[in-house]
Order: sequence, then structure tokens, then C-alpha cells
Amino acid sequence: MRSQNFALIENGPAIVGEDAALEIFRRVCRTRFFEEGLVRAVKDGFVTSPVYLSTGQESVAAALSVALPRPIIFAQHRCHGVYLSYGGDPVRLRDELMGLPTGTSGGRAGSNCVQCHDDGVTMHGHHGLIGENVPLAVGYALASGDTTLAIFGDGAAEEDYVLSSLGFAATHRLPVLFVCEDNNLSILTTVETRRSWKVSNVASSFGIGSEDLSDDPWTVYLKARELAKRTPALMNIYTCRANWHVGVGTDGPVEWDRFAEVKAALDGAGLKDKALGIEDAERLSMEKVWEQGQLRRLSGK
Amino acid sequence: MGTRTVAETIREITRAHLENGGMLLGESISAVGWVNNTVPDVKNIVELPMTDVAGAGIAAGAALAGRRPVFVVRFQDFLILNGSPLIFYAAKLKDLHGRSAPVFVRAIAAEGLGPVHSGVLHSLFMHFPGFKVASPMTPREYEEVWRIYMENDDPFICSEHRASYANKDELADETVDGADITIYSISSTRFEAKKALKLLQNEGVRCNLVNIVWLKPFALSSRLIEPLKDSKIGLVVDPGHEIAGASESIAYTLMINTGYPVKALGVEDRTKCLVPPLQNKAPDAFRIYEAAKGLLACTGRVFT
Ligand SMILES: Cc1ncc(C[n+]2csc(CCOP(=O)(O)OP(=O)(O)O)c2C)c(N)n1
Ligand SMILES: [Mg+2]
Repeated sequence: MRSQNFALIENGPAIVGEDAALEIFRRVCRTRFFEEGLVRAVKDGFVTSPVYLSTGQESVAAALSVALPRPIIFAQHRCHGVYLSYGGDPVRLRDELMGLPTGTSGGRAGSNCVQCHDDGVTMHGHHGLIGENVPLAVGYALASGDTTLAIFGDGAAEEDYVLSSLGFAATHRLPVLFVCEDNNLSILTTVETRRSWKVSNVASSFGIGSEDLSDDPWTVYLKARELAKRTPALMNIYTCRANWHVGVGTDGPVEWDRFAEVKAALDGAGLKDKALGIEDAERLSMEKVWEQGQLRRLSGK
Repeated sequence: MGTRTVAETIREITRAHLENGGMLLGESISAVGWVNNTVPDVKNIVELPMTDVAGAGIAAGAALAGRRPVFVVRFQDFLILNGSPLIFYAAKLKDLHGRSAPVFVRAIAAEGLGPVHSGVLHSLFMHFPGFKVASPMTPREYEEVWRIYMENDDPFICSEHRASYANKDELADETVDGADITIYSISSTRFEAKKALKLLQNEGVRCNLVNIVWLKPFALSSRLIEPLKDSKIGLVVDPGHEIAGASESIAYTLMINTGYPVKALGVEDRTKCLVPPLQNKAPDAFRIYEAAKGLLACTGRVFT
């Protein structure tokens, strides 16, 4: 059963070590504060195209990006967190969301299709067809021998072509880390309503090492490092989407508040002050990205 | 007449490509005669399991990685399953992200094999942006299509037809001064159109026969348009379904650009059954002949 502490490794920050723990936290903060600015920009009418927020789920990409620094990335529509955690330029993402030519795809693609081919980061853009990225990641790994990261949702995991891609990766023992961000929702329909089986069991029966775990970032980090050594492998990570499927609205409190828990864990590990410093710095830097006067100039509004 | 068949040409192109680090993916490649003897037994061939949607996605992923994959589709009807990664990903990549996934889809058509093994579906890929679509029926045409694929970074739909595999002939256009009609033919109907031309000529009809290889982009070259300006009546023949198909689309383009009537002739709007006489085959020489005669009669030109 999905839960906040599923397969949790206790004392995460201490095991992970201070540097990695704080770096993961910095990346969590980056996504969180980028999206806080984005929410304001949507409300103020500076961003008018649909947006798919990562808020609530930030810890997954933040931990993966520190554990597995340079994979070839194939993410799906909810991808701001992946892009930002892996070092994508927030300004270029902002510009993409505003439809500007300086955006990640020249302002043509938008929130659910973010790509990055800068500064050693390779993230192939999605097109909005759920699960399409998974066979692409598998084909890329087959053709190049490079390690690929296929990130998809619990809904995408049900697509026939996703399941057969797992099978193909198993047959060819391909260097793919499959990560299912299981927020229990496909739009508003829960997993239990949709299916009786677990993705991890399917992967295991294909011969792919797999783990169910919660989005505790230290656990994600430790397991990802472990699984990356024996790909193909799959992680099904229970997490909580804080906003609507698309758009900036909310439907009440989340099942669990991972952001608060991450801070509490750092506090418990004696890293409170350093964490606060990181939080303030990221907040400030993302506020600059979304500064009103600049948005007015850029949008002509 | 050259010395090599189309099948041999494909095999040699493929051999060179695979030996140079290219890749070929498909189902049951090594079985049943190596895809009509068009695939050599060399390295870099990936046997896909029966996973037609994911298989096309895996090929598109290989294209992203720069391997210039050849994706073999034994029957064009299966393109409906393959379509999603090709249409929604590979073909949209350039307009959306300014990048490319150049996969070469060998889409093979056949005839008389029933409802899901006899289709010619190239028109579907003309419909969607982002593809180059060609239907080479001769050795040199095939080489040309391949060369252009290797020089470009677009996904290609190479609409092949089994009827061409044994062909060595270059199937040149045939034009006459003062022609009564220009027949444009595509894919397997090119072999039938040649025969139809004889039937029409026997009755005193002066015909131009123009071969169409490139379906998209469809360039209105003078080779295509001048014969029509002369005959002032045209007929476009294609082995796919006529409604909203290649024949109608190209007939429309020719008509709108010249002002002359151009009729489309393709497969009828009913399912191709396996058993004769319900196979609903591609227009053969007689149907092409009849359509040409009917069109001429409509414009008051009766030949007996
Ligand atoms: C092939 C396909 N089917 C359906 C949709 C519509 N759709 C968009 S997002 C979504 C839910 C996806 O759920 P999940 O994969 O769990 O990702 P999440 O939104 O929860 O992050 C659906 C059904 C789509 N875009 N593509
Ligand atoms: Mg979901």
C-alpha cells in the first residue's frame, strides 16, 4: 500500500552525507520556488499556456539528479522538476512557458514538452503523448549503449507500449533506469480504480530489478544509486501532486507534505541553518527569474 | 533495362549501411526469406518482438541516437500501429524542438492478401507534417530516395511494393505531342498503367504516362505539369484508397494549379476481402483504361 514512509531508509541525510543531502535540498527548493513564481505569473496573466506543475513531487527528480548525474533523459509532461534539477536554465524554461523565442524550444512547445541540450545536459523533449518517452528511451539505450532515464507517471505505466518497452529492455539488458512517479492519479482517477496490478511486479516478472518506495529523497538517492548499477531497473516512487493535473489550482491539502518533511529531516540531522541559507538563496534567485517588471517587459503587457 | 532488381538494390544499400554502423529493426527479419530477399545477413540487425507500437518508438529512439535506423514494416497496414511514435514523435520533432529523428521506414505493400495485409497507406503520412514520402519502383529511384534520406534529417516513409521487387526496368515517362490525356501513376499501378497505355493507344488515344515517385514534398516540376498543359485532361492512379488518398490529393493539386480536370483513381471505398472477387485490388490496366475512356467521354471526346 502506498504510504509516505514506504520502504523508507531511516536517518537518510546522515547516510547520504551532508554535501549530497544539501545539494538534493537545493534542487528541491529550486523547483518549488520556480513554480511559486510561475503560479503568480499565471495568475497575473504573464503565462497563458497550460502548465503541469511538479510541486509536491520535487524530491524525486532532485534526488535522482544527484544520484545519477548524466543520463540521457526522457521525461514526460510533468517535467519542470526534472529539467531544473538536472541543471536546466530556469530563465530559458520561464521563456518557454511565456512563448518566447529564447525558450527551451523557441517558445513553441511549452510546459509539457521541455527539452535541454545545453551544458552537458541531454533531455529529449516530450510531445504530450503519455508514455511515448519510454520506448524512445529504450531505443536510445539500444542504439547508443548510453544510460537513459525514462521518467513517467503511474498512468503512463499502463500504456501497452510502455509495458512492452520494459520487456524489450529486459531481453536486451539495456542500461535504462525506469522511474514511475506514482502520484496515484491519472488526471483524477486513482490507481486502484484503474488496475489491480503493480508496475514493479510487472517489471520483476520481466526480469527487471524493481523497487517500490516513497519520495523520501534520501531513500530515492540511495536506491537509485544501487539500481543504476544493475540496469535495466525500475523504481515506483509514491509521491503527491500538490496542484491540479494541469493548471495552478489546488484541491485541498496533499496526502503528505514532503517538502516540510525534508526540512524536518535536515533539521534533525543538525543542518537547519545551512538548509535555511539554501532555501533563502533559492527563493531569492527564483524571485528574480519571475520579477514583475521583467515579465512586463518580456510579455509587452 | 538494368542488371539489378529492386530487391537486390535494397539489399546492397542495406548491406553497406549496416556495415557502416547503421541499424535495421523489424519483426521476423531473418525468417521467411529475409523480407523478400531485401535484407542481407549482416551485423546491426535487431529482431523486434511483436510490439508494433513500442517497436516504432524504439526505432525513433535509435534515430535520436544518430544511428539512422531502417525500420522494416512487412505490411503497410501495420503502419496504423506503428504510426503513433512516427507521426506524433519523429515527425513533429523538428517543428516543435528543432531537432530530428531520421528513421527510414520501409513500408512494404502487397496485393491480394486480405483486409489487413493488402493496404497501401502512404497517403496517411502525406497528411501529417514532418515526413518525406516516396514510392520508388525502380533500382535507380530507390537509390535516389536513399541518397536523399542520408542527406536529410527527416523521417522517411519509403512506400515499397512487392510488385516492384523483381523489376529491373527504369520505367521512363512516355510523352507524345498533342496527347489526349495524361496518366499519372504511383507505386504498383505504374506497371499496370504501362499496359493500359497500350490498350488506349490501340484505340487511337494519344497518352502521356508520367511516373510519380515523390509524394511529399510534391513538387510541381515541369516534368509533371507540361504534359497536362498539353493534354488538358489528367488521371492520377494510386493503389491506395481513393477517398482522401494520394490520388485525390495529387489530382487536386494538379487541377488547382493548371485549371484542367484531373480525375483520381484508387481503391474503392470498401474492405479488401481475401477471397476473389471481393479483393478490391488496386486499379489494374483495364480499370485505368476504362477510367481514361470515361474521362475523355465526359469531355466529349469519344474514341471507338
Ligand atoms: C496517449 C495519451 N493518452 C491520454 C492522454 C491524456 N492524459 C494526459 S496526462 C494524463 C494522465 C497521466 O497520468 P500519469 O502518467 O500518472 O502522470 P501525472 O499527470 O500523474 O504526472 C492523461 C490520461 C495523453 N496525453 N496521451
Ligand atoms: Mg499520475
